Amino acid sequence: MNTIRKREELGCNVIRYVVDAPIIAAHRKPGQFVIIRVTDHSERIPLTIADANPDTGTISLIVQSVGKTTREMAMLKPGDAIHDIVGPLGRPTHIQQFGTVLCVGGGIGIAPLYPIAKGMKEAGNHVITILGARTRDLLILEDDMRSVSDEIIVTTDDGSYGTKGLVTDAIRSLVSGGTHIDQAVVIGPPLMMKFTSLLTKELGIPTMASLNPIMIDGTGMCGGCRVTVGGEVKFACVDGPEFDAHQVDWDSMIRRLGTYRTAEQAAAERYDHQCRVGLDAKESR
Amino acid sequence: MNAADRLKLPPVVMPEQEPAERIHNVREVPFGFTPEMALQEAQRCLHCTNQPCVKGCPVGVHIPDFIQAIESGDYLAGIGIIKQTNLLPAVCGRVCPQEDQCQKDCTVGKAHRDIGQAVQVGQLERFLADWERENHAAVIPQIPPTSGKRVAVIGSGPAGLTVAGDLIKLGHAVTVFEALHMPGGVLGYGIPEFRLPKEIVYQEVAYLTRLGVDFQYNTVIGKSLTVDEVRKDYDAVFIGSGAGLPNFLHIPGESLLGVYSANEYLTRANLMHAYNEDSDTPILRGKSVAVLGGGNVAMDSARTALRLGAHRVMVLYRRSEEEMPARKEEYHHAIQEGIEFHFLENPLEILGNDAGWVTGLTVQKMQLGEPDASGRRRPLPIPGQTSSVSADVVVVAIGNNPNPLIPAALPGLQMNKHGGIVTDEETMETSVPGVFAGGDIVLGAATVILAMGQGRQAARAIHAWLTRTTETAKG
Repeated sequence: MNTIRKREELGCNVIRYVVDAPIIAAHRKPGQFVIIRVTDHSERIPLTIADANPDTGTISLIVQSVGKTTREMAMLKPGDAIHDIVGPLGRPTHIQQFGTVLCVGGGIGIAPLYPIAKGMKEAGNHVITILGARTRDLLILEDDMRSVSDEIIVTTDDGSYGTKGLVTDAIRSLVSGGTHIDQAVVIGPPLMMKFTSLLTKELGIPTMASLNPIMIDGTGMCGGCRVTVGGEVKFACVDGPEFDAHQVDWDSMIRRLGTYRTAEQAAAERYDHQCRVGLDAKESR
Repeated sequence: MNAADRLKLPPVVMPEQEPAERIHNVREVPFGFTPEMALQEAQRCLHCTNQPCVKGCPVGVHIPDFIQAIESGDYLAGIGIIKQTNLLPAVCGRVCPQEDQCQKDCTVGKAHRDIGQAVQVGQLERFLADWERENHAAVIPQIPPTSGKRVAVIGSGPAGLTVAGDLIKLGHAVTVFEALHMPGGVLGYGIPEFRLPKEIVYQEVAYLTRLGVDFQYNTVIGKSLTVDEVRKDYDAVFIGSGAGLPNFLHIPGESLLGVYSANEYLTRANLMHAYNEDSDTPILRGKSVAVLGGGNVAMDSARTALRLGAHRVMVLYRRSEEEMPARKEEYHHAIQEGIEFHFLENPLEILGNDAGWVTGLTVQKMQLGEPDASGRRRPLPIPGQTSSVSADVVVVAIGNNPNPLIPAALPGLQMNKHGGIVTDEETMETSVPGVFAGGDIVLGAATVILAMGQGRQAARAIHAWLTRTTETAKG
């Protein structure tokens, strides 16, 4: 069960796994996620389902090794198994024919964006994609995104690839160039989602964002993933993970993500010290 | 020994870990009776003909009979008597509120006009269950030939385990679906190790596995499989998905860093072993912890905070000591361990610093007014009397509601206004034919034994339902 069939390095510390999970593969819809435990002593972490194939009974998980748990996962090879996988969790993305849909992805957030863009395309939308990365090496899934997009714009902070700048610059120039957007979807680092959301609010573009707060059970039992949306407390695991981006209290959500930063850094350092696996320990967001 | 002599015997004092020592570990607090102690306590039972203890037990355990077996030294017979009606005696002996059930109307307690003098039924039950486990004496019952019927049990908490145990013994195939990676439901994630060692729960589950129950972990019904798929594959379904939906106070500051629901706090500590310093699951180890609420979960949270190294732990409860719903034993243990109780204090706001971390609370001083719908005196604010307390971790332990995941996935299910599933009181059948429910998903957050009682009722009705449909099919 949960056996890894394929392992593929997508870029700096980002790995795509194709894993046996027939029940999840048969039931998942775009926007949903799983919670995994890498080993029998691991913490539970949520990961988005990047893709699934019900015929082969496999799902794709994309993980960036930044902390102890994700570094342990990065050590897994084809034939190894992930100890626990539960899902699909969360509500699926609301996919319909909106007209023109703007998909904005940043960093590892491009992984969950891919199935959504694919779904939007299949529903008959004109899909415009903007992908942002700090630098060229950190850009993932460009070809996959290209295959489901009618137009694609890539931005890098350092100008090493595509247009130099931020995704928000690209949105501005798109709209000022006369492109009408009916719906936007944004998934990426929290700050990028916050600023994209502020901009699309200003531009009057309805926007969905997929949140990635801290979670344990994923069934609404612990309330650790609570976020404030439109002044109400919501549990991202069962009420989300997608919400109206313009209603999300981003500052509170971003702060809560930092709850265990000290513990996480200490654990990662201990892990590095213990196994000296030679992985790049630099945090990359 | 005659009744007069029996009445003269004092209750046996349960040996326990000293408070100063136990707040530094998560080992169980009471050590359990030795055989000598168990004998002495058993001799206190008068074996009354009216058996008020049995009437007080939600599952009707034949209490005087198993106590008699202890007195005659036949532990195997004793545990067999308990297991006729109670599948999980090692659990119930530890976590049942005996003072409100079997021990409440005990004739010995009545004779002494002190419930504290009642025969310690729970401790004797625990003694037999521990004896059985430690001596690997569990008897595998004769299971009738397979009925060919399949039953799906959703949730592996006390209700689900009871249904599974009862139905497997009647020859039905049983699959238990559990959302988490470990079994037990609230027995695993909620009740702390120092009150209920997880090894006990896991051994009970191992026993059911030996009987043939199939446990499927990491399976969320309504997500991993739809309820309709389960109904198609199984002849009957039991929903025992529990009251896992934490309430919050909806006061300012609940999103601050360091504010936990009791469920999250206890799950990190218990299920994910965050009480071990080297656990992969982090938990904030507050120095000054405020727990909001007055139930058993509040006691568990407060005592867990101590074991995570807190120097000061406060329980803030808006009513007085008298109305507090926590079990006396838990309250007593908490006091012994140095937990501060702030009665008649209602939190108004959780305070934080610029970085978003909790720094304390503003509390409103309360007084008691007329009794409310619950029969307890209603707490009312005393105008102008507010104060502040400092805390770096706040745990909200003000109760849970039924988890809505499965009801949302089965539209035809009739629900009550508290989010619980409506069932027939006798059969526990829901408004959907062939779907039964029990435990906290029906009761709201209640007790382990009531959940087991409903599981037993449901199992009986499911068996009847399965055999009835067979006859209909044949006819």
